[in-house]
Formats: sequence, structure tokens, C-alpha cells
Amino acid sequence: MEILLLLGAPFAGGIVLAFWGHRRFAPELNAGMSLLTFAAAAVLTARIIADGPILAWNENFFVDPFNVFLVALTAFVAFTTSLFSRPYMRIEAHTGRLTPNRMRLYHSMFQMFTFTMLLALLTNNVGILWVAMEAATLTTVLLVSLYRTPASLEAAWKYFILCSVGIAQALFGTILLYFAAEKLLGAGGTALLWTHLNEVKGELEPTVLGLAFVFLLVGYGTKIGLAPLHNWLPDAHAEGPTPISAVLSGLLLNVALYAVVRAKVLVEGALGTHLAGNLMMGFGLLSVVVAAFLLSRQKDMKRLFAYSSIEHMGLMTFAFGMGGALATFAGLLHMTVHSLTKSAIFFAVGHAAQKSGTQIMADIRGLIESNPTIGWGLMLGAMAILGMPPFGVFASEFMLLTAAMHQQPWATPFLLAALGVAFAAIFGKVQPMVFGTATANRLPHPPALIPVFVHLAIVLLLGLYIPPYLADWYRQAAALIG
Amino acid sequence: MKQASGIVFQVLQSVLVVLIAPLVLGWVNQCRAWLQNRSGPGIWQPYKVLNKLFHKDAVLAHNASPLFRSTPYILFGCMWLAVGIVPVLATSLPFAPAADVIALVGLFALARVFASLAGMDIGTSFGTLGARREMMIGFLAEPAMLMTLFTASLISQSTSLVTIVETLAHREFVIYPSMAFAAVAFLMVLLAENARIPIDNPATHLELTMIHEAMILEYSARHLALIEWAASLKLTAYITIGIAIFVPWGIAQAGDWVALLVALGVLVAKLALAGAGLALLETVSAKMRIFRAPEFLGTAFLLATLGMLIHFLLEQ
Amino acid sequence: MNLPLYAQLINLFAALLLLLAFAMLTQRRILSLIRLFALQGFVLMLSTGVVAYSTHQSHLYYSVLLTLVLKVLLLPWILHRLIDALNVRWDVETLIDIPATMLIGIVLVIFAFNLAAPISEIAGTITRSTLGIATASILLSFLMMITRRKAVSQVIGFLAMENGLFFAATSATYGMPLVVELGIALDVLVGTFIFGVFFFHIRETFESLDIHHLEKLKEH
Repeated sequence: MEILLLLGAPFAGGIVLAFWGHRRFAPELNAGMSLLTFAAAAVLTARIIADGPILAWNENFFVDPFNVFLVALTAFVAFTTSLFSRPYMRIEAHTGRLTPNRMRLYHSMFQMFTFTMLLALLTNNVGILWVAMEAATLTTVLLVSLYRTPASLEAAWKYFILCSVGIAQALFGTILLYFAAEKLLGAGGTALLWTHLNEVKGELEPTVLGLAFVFLLVGYGTKIGLAPLHNWLPDAHAEGPTPISAVLSGLLLNVALYAVVRAKVLVEGALGTHLAGNLMMGFGLLSVVVAAFLLSRQKDMKRLFAYSSIEHMGLMTFAFGMGGALATFAGLLHMTVHSLTKSAIFFAVGHAAQKSGTQIMADIRGLIESNPTIGWGLMLGAMAILGMPPFGVFASEFMLLTAAMHQQPWATPFLLAALGVAFAAIFGKVQPMVFGTATANRLPHPPALIPVFVHLAIVLLLGLYIPPYLADWYRQAAALIG
Repeated sequence: MKQASGIVFQVLQSVLVVLIAPLVLGWVNQCRAWLQNRSGPGIWQPYKVLNKLFHKDAVLAHNASPLFRSTPYILFGCMWLAVGIVPVLATSLPFAPAADVIALVGLFALARVFASLAGMDIGTSFGTLGARREMMIGFLAEPAMLMTLFTASLISQSTSLVTIVETLAHREFVIYPSMAFAAVAFLMVLLAENARIPIDNPATHLELTMIHEAMILEYSARHLALIEWAASLKLTAYITIGIAIFVPWGIAQAGDWVALLVALGVLVAKLALAGAGLALLETVSAKMRIFRAPEFLGTAFLLATLGMLIHFLLEQ
Repeated sequence: MNLPLYAQLINLFAALLLLLAFAMLTQRRILSLIRLFALQGFVLMLSTGVVAYSTHQSHLYYSVLLTLVLKVLLLPWILHRLIDALNVRWDVETLIDIPATMLIGIVLVIFAFNLAAPISEIAGTITRSTLGIATASILLSFLMMITRRKAVSQVIGFLAMENGLFFAATSATYGMPLVVELGIALDVLVGTFIFGVFFFHIRETFESLDIHHLEKLKEH
């Protein structure tokens, strides 16, 4: 029942906003639909915590602790982003950067995007998961090029082509998976259901699954932003409107990683070797190092934080690749806190860009002086993402490094070095932006900064104290992942 | 008895193909004329041309070398040999063991070398131009031709043309995709090697667009006659090789006179169809720029290689 | 070796598909590319039809219908309208010249055959030998996307890749479940629409559809 509401609300919202997305009340409607979605997610979560995993709709939907917390996170961040997008898009419309038609496109695609992500998370069918991931790309492509500048067109084109080609590889991997599954489970829809696959994973053909995993990792890894397939990410995040950067960074990357982890569970069961884990660790580590070293060369705010997203997704991939209770717990916690922190940062960055009229960091100074909330939001967000205690990112990174030192000691120096380089780069660039004399002007609408501080507060809370039910939840999810 | 009838068959076949080669060329030209809505010179025209040329006096340049004078005879000899050993009417002839596809390619290469050298012999620029272009086409066409023949020989496990014919003619009808690819590639090589459109226009008078014609500009009278005859023999040879590999049904066994007559009829029909098809192809295509010729031949090579790969994948 | 007739037909169609993939690689006229793409869809449809008939898998007939409507009729029609509106006819020279492209193509084909060989052995379908060809056509479409300069040809390469994937699915597993196939078809259709919209935007901003203009964003 909640699933119906959870999927129906954004879908209906998408259709409704396609017609009314340019009206004055459109942003409120957008926020309202997202609130409804979040409420449904909360109810579903409560049910899972109480009753355990459920299968619904003729086994087509499967909700277990792993994906329900992602569902809740997605709905929550979508809701807060919709709150942020209210004044943000109003300011954009005010300054003339967006026409009414584009507002309609934006609002309806925002809801549709939420729909596709939730569909990807909730479905039990690996094929539908693929369809939803591709659909998620499709809904956001036109949004990245919303401003119609040459740079944004280029960014959207790269995004479209690279992600589509990548996801075609993932389709091939899915076909191979189906091929292996068909032998055991028979032809027809049930062979693609993850729950069934999970039961028979020990008997699936190893060579085929190994090959399938490579394709799935390359395919979905393009969407996660793993190096060397990350080319589209900085451009797409930098050129699109900020709410889209926030949801792309905060949510879509998570969902893609979720898909990879589900695949990894199957493959590890079938292969018995650590091929899947090793591949994930390799790509993850490469992403962390590449991103960290490219951070210092960035001049654009959003690109800076986009590379930071690549780095953190690399960390998460590495964590899930390592496996084991501690590393997986760290990965799950990191997914949560990164999502919240990164979206908070993008909110602050978005308003900062609007105030200063530019995204180039060298041209922005003294945010604290001109607008303390934006300035402090950015400062705290940056510190949080860099892993300063007592924020939650510190906790997850600490756990990750501990697990690494136990299981993969050779990787630890790389991780530490990369984290250090990233710290220096980001901190070095954020500091002059926030302090110093102000160069910014007033905004026509008051900025929405409650979402920023709500997110940061949650991250702080998670850093200091993880509520027992949440810890339990993570542990259950970690146990499922193995 | 078998020996004697075999020799008779062999001689018969060799003489026959030499005599009908100009007819094949005449037929192709006549079909082209009909397709282009002209009345055409008649299918016996090449014989009339040969007759006229043989009755003329040969004119040679001062600096013509012995090579220049002997090349027409060498060309004619090579082509006659090539056509003579291709099993068009009957298999298991005495010369049959010599009918190896690689040997055939070698024969054509020999002819090409002599033609190019003769073209350069006098020292005129057009001759050299023609010779160099001919070599370029040849160097690209030969690998394609070899690949095509390899594909065909993979199926019958032998490069002897006779074995190929026997294997393919006496099997039940199977669709071999690799042979389909090889056939298209062979057709493209045929067009290139015989100076047909779209590589070269056999009727062109513009020296700058000539390839084959440019090499033989200096020849006259009986030398020219022999070279023209050799060209028609080459075309016939290619067509008959194509027929032998790709549509081998109807070829007789040696010693069987009834089957020989049937084979003769079938051969005539096949040649007529092939000639008409060639004319059609030439009419609907335009001549390519010479820079596109490598692409054309590259495509032929590609198709032949693909045929071979597909054979390994699908037909093992 | 003697295969039954339908297996021979499927092999023939597979060979045709590979040929079409190469033909698309070497074509310069965009109109011909679209026709080749439609032809590819048609051959795919025939092949699936033969499989459906010979193995009595009636759900494949729906796939045949879907392929016909989408890949043979609808998508080429959309593409035709697009190039009419955008007035593109010819591709500029490709990044590497055509003979070199063909050679790389052959190398990719050999690679694909090797890649698919272990899977073909385990497959239980009658079409298992064609999995290598499906993989090869996917890789060739990928090569086409990389070596092209005009945006429209890149998109056609992408759609050809989807064709190859569909063929791989049919040859290894007698097709994915219908619901998934419908989803994929929907994605492809919506994707093409969005591409279309995109081209207009690109044209508006750059006055041309040359990819060159879309390579300016570099690392700052």
C-alpha cells in the first residue's frame, strides 16, 4: 500500500506539474508532492523495522533493510531539495535565466526523477532496475541543459552519451545474468527476481556471472562516477541547476551503487572468489586518488564538489568491495551522511552563486559577511564533507580506515594520502570564499537555508550518536550484503 | 580410354574457351548498350575488331625492348593457361591438379607484372601512370582475392579448384553465409581486376582516368589484338572461377559425353546470365574517384575476412 | 555439417546483421545510415520470427511485433523527420579513415568472437553460435559512435548498439521477459525523442551539429 503511494505520488506529481509547473504555486506543489512521498516512505520504513523484509505485488517489489533506508533517504533528500528549490528557482526565474516552459519541464522532471529512483530501489526485478536507471538518466538529461548555454549543452550531451553507452553495457550484463539464471529458474519473469536469484546464487554458472559482473560494474559504475568513467560527472553537476546537482550527487549516485552492491551479493555467492570485491576495491581506490588529485585544479565551485562526490563514491565502493561487517556498516553510514552533507553543500553553493552571480571561486569572497547563514552553511558543510569530527563523515571514514587497516593494509596509505590532499584542496578554496570582505549582492527572494542546517544537524547527530534502531538497521543491512 | 577421353576433353575445353572469350565480352557490351537504350555494335564485334587488328601492320617505338614485344604473347599465354585449367565443363581432367587457386592468383600476378613493365617500357608518362595505378589496384585486390578463395577452400578442405567444385556441386543445398560474403567480395575483386566500372571505364578515351587502357596505349596491330584477346580471356577466367566456386552445379565428370553436352548448355546459360548481370552492374554504378578505390577494395578484403571468420564461428 | 533449415536461416540472418553493422561503419551519407538501421531492425525481426516459429515460443511473437513497430517503422521515421528538419545530409570525414576503421572493426570482431565463445558453449538455445555475432555488432556500433563527428550518426550508432543487445538477448536466452523488453523499448523511444529535442537545442546554439563544438569543456 505504501509502495503504491510511494511510487504513485511522484509519478502523478510529474504529470500534474507538466501542465502547471510554471504557475506561481508550482514550487509549493512540488514540495507538497515530495512531502507526501516522504510520508509514505516513513510509514514503509516503520513497517520494515517492525516486521522485516516484505515482498509485494506478486513478488515484483522487494523491501528489505538495505533498500528501505535508501528509500527513506531518497524521499527525505528529495523533499528537502524541493524546499530548497522553491526560493532558488524563483530567483532564477526572476533573473530571467528560466522561461515558464522550462519551469514546467523542471518541476515535472524533478518528480519523475524521484519516481524512477524509487522504482529502481523498490523493484525486485533486475531488468526493471535497469529500465529505471536508464529512465533516471533520461529524466535529468534535459534538466542539465536547462540553461541552454553552450557549456550546459555540452555537459548534457556528454552525460547522455556516456551514461547511455555505460548503461548499455549494464544491459548486456543483465542479459548475461538472465542467461545464467534461466538455466536454474526457467524462462520467464521469475528468473530476473533478485530474491529468487539470491536463493540459487550458489549454483549460478561462475564464468557467466563473472563476465556479467564486469559489465554491470562498468555500466552502473559509469553512473556512480567511478574513474575512468567519470568524465560526465563534473560537467553535469556544474552546468545544471543546483537542485539537480544536489539530487544527482546525493541520490542518483547512491542508487547506482545500490545496483552494483545487489549484483555483488549475487556474484560473490556464485563465484566464491573475491573477484567482485577486488574489482570494486580497485575502481573505488582509483576514483578516490584521481578525484583527490584533480580537486586542486578546479576553479568552479560546483565542479569542485562534484569531484568531491566522485571521491566519496570511490570510498563507498571501496568499502563495499572490502566486505565484512565493519566496512559494510561504514559504507552504509557513509552513503547516508554523504548524501545529506553533499546536498547541503550544494544548497549553500547554489545560493552563494546566485548572490555573487558567478560560480568561479576566485570571484567569490566574504560570504559570512554578506549573508551569515550562507557563509556558515558552506563552511560547516565543507568541514563536514572533509571528515572533521564530530560530523558523521568522520565516523564513517574512521570506521572505513579501521576496516581497511585490518583487511587491506596496502590501501590505507593511498586512502589517507588522498583524503589529506582533498582536505587541503577543498579547505584551501572554501576558506577565502567564506571569509574576507564581501563581494556579493542581495537576493530578490530570501534563501532557503533551513534544509542546509537540518541536513547538517542530522549529520552531526549521526556523528555523535547513532540511535540504536538505526545502528540495528545498518547492521541488518550489512548482514544482508555480507 | 579414360586417359584419351580426358585429353580430348581437356583440349576441347581449352580451345572452346579461347574461342568464346571475345563472345563473352561482346555479349557484355551488347547488354550494356541495350540497357543504355542504344542499339549496340552486335555481339560479334570483338571478333571483327580482332580481325581488323590482325590485318594491320605493327608499329613499334624506337626504344621498344624485347620485353615490350614479348609481353602480348606472355599475357595471352598466361590467360589461356588460366582459363584452360579452370574446370568449366568437366572435372578430373589431366591438367586438373594444376588448377590450384593460389597458382591461378600467381598466374594473374605474373600477367600483371609483365603488363606493368611493358607499360613503363617506352617511357611515356601515361604508360607509367597506368602501370602505377594498376599496381595499386593489384596490391589491394590480391589479398582480397586470396581471402575469398581461402574462405571457399575452408569449406571443401582443399585449395584445388577441382576439389572445391566437386565438394560443393555434390552436396545438398546448404546456405553458407560465409560463401555469401565471399561471393560479394569476389564480385568486387572481379570488377577491380578486369577494369570495369566502378574502378575503371573500359571504354574511356580520357587518359587521366585510365588505368588499364593507359598501359597499352603504345600497342598496335597483332600485339594489341593479343592483348585485347587476353583481356577478354581474363574476364572469362574470372567469371568461370566465380561460377566454379559459387554456382558449380552442372559440371560434368570427364568421360561422360552426355553430361558434357548438358554441361556445355549450362555453361552457356551461366555465362550469359553473368554477362548480363555484369552489364547491369556497370550501368547502374558510376565510376569512382581513384582515391576511393582503396576503400572499395578494402571493403572487399573486409567482406572476405568476415566470411572466413563467420565460417569459423557458425559453420564448425 | 548439416543444420536444419531454420538454423541455417538464423545463421544467414546473423551474418547479414554483422554485414549491416560494418556497412553502417563505413557509410557517409546519413540517409543511408538510417536506411541501414531500418534494414537491421528488419533482419532482426525476421530472425526473431524464425526462432519463435521453430522453438514454439509464442511470447517471442510479441517481440517481433515490438521490433517491427519500433525499430523498423517508428524510429527510422522519427530520424527521417529529424534530419529533414535539421537539414543534415552528409557526415564530415570520420576521425580515422575508412580502411583503418574497417581493420579495427575486424580486430573487434575477432575479440568479440573470443569473448562470447565460453558463453556460447554453455548456452542451450539453437542460436548460441550467433552470440559472438551479437557481441561483435555491439562493439562495432560502439566503434561507430566513437569515430563519428556528427551528432546524428552517434545517435544512430547508439540505437544500433541497442539492436545488437536485443539480438544478444534473443540468441542467448530466447529473449528477456516481455515486461523488461517493453521497458527497454520505452526507454529507447523516449531516449530518441530526447535526442531529437537535443539536436534542436544544439543547432540553435552552435548553428551546426558537429561534435567538435561540444568538446570545449576541459579541465580548468
